[in-house]
Amino acid sequence: MRLIVPLRGVIQGRGGLFVGSLIPCCLFYFLQLYLKGRRPPPSDPTELPRTSSRSNLFSRGNSIGRVRVSSRAVPVAKPPDSPYYIGLERVKTDPYDRITNTDGIIQLGLAESTLCFDLLQRWMSENLMESIMQSGDGEFDISSIAMYKPFEGLLELRVAFADFMSRIMGGKVSFDPSKMVITAGGTPAIEVLAFCLADHGNAFLIPTPYYPGFERDIKFRTGVELIPVHCRSSDNFTVTVSALEQAFNQARKRGSKVSGILFSNPSNPVGNILSRETLHDILKFAQEKNIHVIYDEIFAGSVYGEKEFVSMAEIADSGDVDKSRVHIIYALSKDLSIPGFRAGVIYSFHEDVVSAAKKLMRFSSVSVPVQRILISLLSDVRFIEEYMTAHRQRIRDKHVRFVEGLKQLGIPCAESGGGLYCWVDMSSLLTSYSEKGELELFEKLLTVAKINATPGTACFCIEPGWFRCCFTALADEDIPVIMDRIRQLAESIRS
Amino acid sequence: MGLPLMIKRSSNNNDNKNNVVELSRVAVSDTHGEDSPYFAGWKAYDENPYDETHNPSGVIQMGLAENQVSFDLLETYLEKKNPEGSMWGSKGAPGFRENALFQDYHGLKTFRQAMASFMEQIRGGKSRFDPDRIVLTAGATAANELLTFILADPNDALLVPTPYYPGFDRDLRWRTGVKIVPIHCDSSNNFQITPEALESAYQTACGANIRVRGVLITNPSNPLGATVQKKVLEDLLDFCVRKNIHLVSDEIYSGSVFHASEFTSVAEIVENIDDVSVKERVHIVYSLSKDLGLPGFRVGTIYSYNDNVVKTARRMSSFTLVSSQTQHMLASMLSDVEFTEKYIRINRERLRRRYETIVEGLKKAGIECLKGNAGLFCWMNLGFLLEKKTKDGELQLWDVILKELKLNISPGTSCHCSEFGWFRVCFANMSENTLEIALMRIHEFMDRRRKF
Repeated sequence: MRLIVPLRGVIQGRGGLFVGSLIPCCLFYFLQLYLKGRRPPPSDPTELPRTSSRSNLFSRGNSIGRVRVSSRAVPVAKPPDSPYYIGLERVKTDPYDRITNTDGIIQLGLAESTLCFDLLQRWMSENLMESIMQSGDGEFDISSIAMYKPFEGLLELRVAFADFMSRIMGGKVSFDPSKMVITAGGTPAIEVLAFCLADHGNAFLIPTPYYPGFERDIKFRTGVELIPVHCRSSDNFTVTVSALEQAFNQARKRGSKVSGILFSNPSNPVGNILSRETLHDILKFAQEKNIHVIYDEIFAGSVYGEKEFVSMAEIADSGDVDKSRVHIIYALSKDLSIPGFRAGVIYSFHEDVVSAAKKLMRFSSVSVPVQRILISLLSDVRFIEEYMTAHRQRIRDKHVRFVEGLKQLGIPCAESGGGLYCWVDMSSLLTSYSEKGELELFEKLLTVAKINATPGTACFCIEPGWFRCCFTALADEDIPVIMDRIRQLAESIRS
Repeated sequence: MGLPLMIKRSSNNNDNKNNVVELSRVAVSDTHGEDSPYFAGWKAYDENPYDETHNPSGVIQMGLAENQVSFDLLETYLEKKNPEGSMWGSKGAPGFRENALFQDYHGLKTFRQAMASFMEQIRGGKSRFDPDRIVLTAGATAANELLTFILADPNDALLVPTPYYPGFDRDLRWRTGVKIVPIHCDSSNNFQITPEALESAYQTACGANIRVRGVLITNPSNPLGATVQKKVLEDLLDFCVRKNIHLVSDEIYSGSVFHASEFTSVAEIVENIDDVSVKERVHIVYSLSKDLGLPGFRVGTIYSYNDNVVKTARRMSSFTLVSSQTQHMLASMLSDVEFTEKYIRINRERLRRRYETIVEGLKKAGIECLKGNAGLFCWMNLGFLLEKKTKDGELQLWDVILKELKLNISPGTSCHCSEFGWFRVCFANMSENTLEIALMRIHEFMDRRRKF
């Protein structure tokens, strides 16, 4: 019709009407011919090019398209583009070993601790068998570990975990096993919470810089978005309520529904500890906006600074705010150095969240023999006290050495009181004060200095030049090696 | 299925301070299905569980497909091989350091090799499994959900033949948002899948504007307790090729087929196919929960002939990893070919005998079962006892069996069976004595009915 009307203007009268109708018909006809010519013949595959042999016992003579995966699966298989993962992969190709590969890449990009392995190893050698086999008379009853048990974790484990968490957080708060669900690690814990608290397309506010893994853990399958709330070095990267307020309002204007705020405390990657007042203010803010707060307290036992760690559970318990919006994640991967065991916790004050999470644990539960080991381990109060004291002490010592080493090179670190890493300001080594400059420095650190440190961009930090360096898998003798390599790189950059 | 849990939802303004904070649709949905009779019976059992000595009149659990018939084999093996904890204890501790830190989603190579070897043995060497195509998950439940996330988008569908395992409603649909469209099967041909039923299901989906992404079968079938015939598998694969969709075969009961020769795995069908575009739509799910009787260990696997699916599944398995300690504990046992050969053989034999006991016992009471050859349960036909051949009629009978006979069995409607009166009865999660008691109760019940 659109073609007819203007043509009527050009060619007056019925002639115009005729031509006006004829032309689109002709065009349509020619368009069809054109498309038909372009359409591939039926015997060719229509989708991806085929790569393998055509001998085909199921041949129907026609094309078999390549079968597709879901659209949400497509991004998952792509090669990683975050420097966080790229760095981890590169170390695997040439890992440093202080005896067999002294020129290899030193791993500072993985937050894990081996500082107290000697203690754990000793405990395991003394206790592993009894804790799995269970019975004192030496007779092994496999049904105690083989059969189906509640997916949310054995009650004894939840009790032991509650006690353990309370202990490592200074004994100032108690945890209720009935609010706890045991998960196969911190990764499923955060994902399950995201599934329970937010619908597809909703968002969590998250202060930057943040743990790069959250991008996958939260976004992969839930469809929940992460909205960054930028923090600055001037505040030592501590979030303020006004920044939260601003981010919340901006999100609303854009039409995003904010379901909650996600924090890590002690924070990752900076390592700072939120004060009691800040925790309180955040909870009040969440109450006001009627949203959830999720606290990842996975490094709660790795506090080495002077500042007191306060769990959100303690603030929630203090009574004047609606607790049902408070949810905590914990795991044994960091404080107890056993990420391979896969044991985490969702702790929620919301009954329905606990109930839903319990049912969702069928997809991510901990094997019963491992639960039995953990019950023994976490209930061994004497050992846990010895371990936690040594763990904190050794992190503190290593932290001091590492930060001092960097200081000698004129490289400062942010103030931190917890975690297995420090947040290093390498902006003085940047050739340009920009994301590009930072990534160039990341590359130089990897290829020239042969050190993998996680750049701030991977953590969505708004200020360039910051790097997370994990030091708790290092021996004392590794530190001078690292400092020397950085010094040489710095000299070559500054010259 | 029960009303969805109603949570007061706040207004978008978030200005009302007294509002209860909102949860997601996933959290409040009842897709977990735990309000259905399948689970209601479990609650009755939990409240009054049968015990040979302490509670002989309690509820006998015949609704849980757990395999306890071969525990002694595992115990003997472990006692022999694990003196002073060499395998599972202190002497295993030197490996502790690696185990403690190892959280790689590839899984321990030794364990994957052990799983591949075990899966090959179950299939009598008729197909080979490549350890690098094995993705580990914390149980088959997680494997099925993971595959669904990968193969289908929200509102897409998987075709599943009825009757099917009630847990699929939750596992395949809850978080994924994917639908199940049933492929209706009936007793006229022993509930085997026909090409007509497949096509009909496909057309039903298309008619409702739902995109079908794959077919998911259980072979051997749960709840039927029967293997899928080779011809049916070939027709299935053919169908999937024609429609360009996936084929998932959940083979978690493959080691529980009474006569090994009666089982054809989809792996055997694709073994000699070179065409990648045919092969790469096939995925197998397996687990140690049924054949090896170790559900507490949470070990499942996805085996895929599709490189992309393997890579994706591996990365997504971060949400459901098998603890390295568990892998370590099982690797040497599963690679011990002499042990696994013996275990598989004896386990099959014992299950067969149990099956015969229960089927014969039921026959004597005048009750027929579907001719089965696998699994931990039989598919019993009580249609003739129904007052009304409807869902309510069936549930009424189920309720009578639960309350009067104190037997928890699974009604066919919870398995979406299109014929009423069928029940799944598990027999491998109890002692022989308990099975006898259960049969006696059924006999008495049938005798009482005949008198009226």
